[in-house]
Amino acid sequence: MPAWNIIQAVNDALRIEMRRDPRVVVMGEDVGKFGGVFRATLGLIEEFGADRVIDTPLAEAGIIGAAIGMAMYGLRPVPEIQFSDFIFPAFDQIVNELAKLRYRSGGQYSAPVVIRTPVGGGIKGGHYHSQSPEALFIHTPGLQVICPSNPVDAKGLLISAIRQDDPVIFMEPKRVYRAAKGEVPEGEYTVPIGEAKVVREGRGMTVIAWGAMLHEAQQAVEQAPELDAELIDLRTLWPLDVERLARSVRKTGRCAIVQEAPRTCGFAAEISALIQERCFTSLEAPIARITGWDTPFPYTLENEYLPLAPRILGALRGLKAYEA
Amino acid sequence: MLLRGFPLVPYLCQIFGNAGDETKGRQMPSHMASRSVNQVSWSSCIGTQLPQAVGAAMAARIKGDRTVIAAYLGDGASSEGDFHVAMNFAGVFKAPVVFICQNNHWAISVPTAKQTASESIAVKAVAYGFPGVKVDGNDAVAVYRAVKEALDRARSGGGPTLVECETYRIGAHSSSDDPTRYRDEQEVEQWKKRDPLELLRSRLQAWGLWTARQEDELRAQVLEEVNGAIAEAEKKPDPARESLFDDVYANQPWSLREQREELLASPPAARAKQSP
Ligand SMILES: Cc1ncc(C[n+]2csc(CCOP(=O)(O)OP(=O)(O)O)c2C)c(N)n1
Ligand SMILES: [Mg+2]
Repeated sequence: MPAWNIIQAVNDALRIEMRRDPRVVVMGEDVGKFGGVFRATLGLIEEFGADRVIDTPLAEAGIIGAAIGMAMYGLRPVPEIQFSDFIFPAFDQIVNELAKLRYRSGGQYSAPVVIRTPVGGGIKGGHYHSQSPEALFIHTPGLQVICPSNPVDAKGLLISAIRQDDPVIFMEPKRVYRAAKGEVPEGEYTVPIGEAKVVREGRGMTVIAWGAMLHEAQQAVEQAPELDAELIDLRTLWPLDVERLARSVRKTGRCAIVQEAPRTCGFAAEISALIQERCFTSLEAPIARITGWDTPFPYTLENEYLPLAPRILGALRGLKAYEA
Repeated sequence: MLLRGFPLVPYLCQIFGNAGDETKGRQMPSHMASRSVNQVSWSSCIGTQLPQAVGAAMAARIKGDRTVIAAYLGDGASSEGDFHVAMNFAGVFKAPVVFICQNNHWAISVPTAKQTASESIAVKAVAYGFPGVKVDGNDAVAVYRAVKEALDRARSGGGPTLVECETYRIGAHSSSDDPTRYRDEQEVEQWKKRDPLELLRSRLQAWGLWTARQEDELRAQVLEEVNGAIAEAEKKPDPARESLFDDVYANQPWSLREQREELLASPPAARAKQSP
């Protein structure tokens, strides 16, 4: 079978789930006839019709609010927010409503809504087509956050997300939407939510990454085999596969976390805290965070902003050289 | 902005995102800002400017200025919550603001008929307690008249107006759009016949205010000006890498000073490519 990219994998997962379960509906701006601005919903309206592939007015609060209502009434909506930078008009619906519905109804209601949204920079999109807002959603109890780095995981994780009963923010790394290719198995399969994957084994240090930056981290560790780095792709950000990470760090004694979002209060800070709580006596160096800067995402200077392979490699060499 | 006298070279430098850009290469092309011509900074987030426009108008009134705020939006933007919030505030506070909606029939692939069940966008103003007018947006004179009337009303304490200018998006929404996927090219051909520039030209010629010769001269002059400005703008370098950390705050905190040092200690990155 031909190698597929992430967009094709997402499209396939949606089609499979829509065929399997009539409750699954797709909705959002331009998802119908146009097939989505990134073409992730291409061909779905032709197969499933306008009741299940819904072109909405331009209003994110409306998209997510309506999706919550549909989910309470028994559907399984998979809304698309065109860019995660535009998720904020729906922030109230997500944080105050979607995330809390199960809890505040004493478990009577749940909102199985899977919000798909492209994240991250590297396409010259400036402030508003580039942000990585995962930490805001991980910080919100009740939400699960997924960010695959490749098409095989994207398809399996999206199917898993649609089949379970709690809300998911499904972040798609748009920088590698087409560039990350893989042999995607035909038909249905699932990748479990909450399991990280060791991409490369090593004993010298643990490098943790996800989404688009996984590829940068991979490039860096492959350029420097002497670091003997173990590279872990989180795949699911929350709930975090913390035991997998801790096992690795107990073995290597050193740990670096690569994150595209700004540093302060980013997810890397939480991962770092969790690891030091579990692996304090194994650590031979401070945990390194290699991140975007604490600035809005820039336009012209985006490659200076992003933690790309050369910057990662420099930081990993520093981590290796550290002596207490 | 150019109409208000903003020079062409820094305008083009914004599009290139280089060091000649007043906004320091921070935003995508056409997200302009210049205090020199009272153009506030653009956001890509649709509709967010509208409540801000109302606030600026309220401030102008509070300070006793004669300023009127012009707030622009598309047909798609009229679906956002911020649009309705802005309309409501504008009505309640009788703010000196004119909302100018360019209804070009499309929000990327979504036609206006799927954006709203109202008969027009202008009619929405009625519910918020102020006038809404719909004009032929391809008729420059009609647009001028409607906006002038709205400005005069706002300036004399009569409150806001929504002016809906009906036009058509002949081209694609962006370079990654493909309108043949979702619309009938017949419709486009119909609208091409109503090109606003053609309309204005034939009008001016009929009034004896404009000749083919004047047009040729103007075209040649503008072309030369634009080519010269592009050549000059292209010469400017990128903004310095450490400029990343400027303007996040008025006073740079320790965290940014530290990160600036960290950046400067790493090798310069390759230039980001222009988006496809
Ligand atoms: C809050 C928000 N949601 C989505 C987008 C993506 N987007 C950019 S332009 C556009 C359509 C805009 O349509 P309209 O308001 O009619 O303006 P036009 O481009 O037709 O002038 C969309 C959905 C955005 N920029 N901001
Ligand atoms: Mg429009």
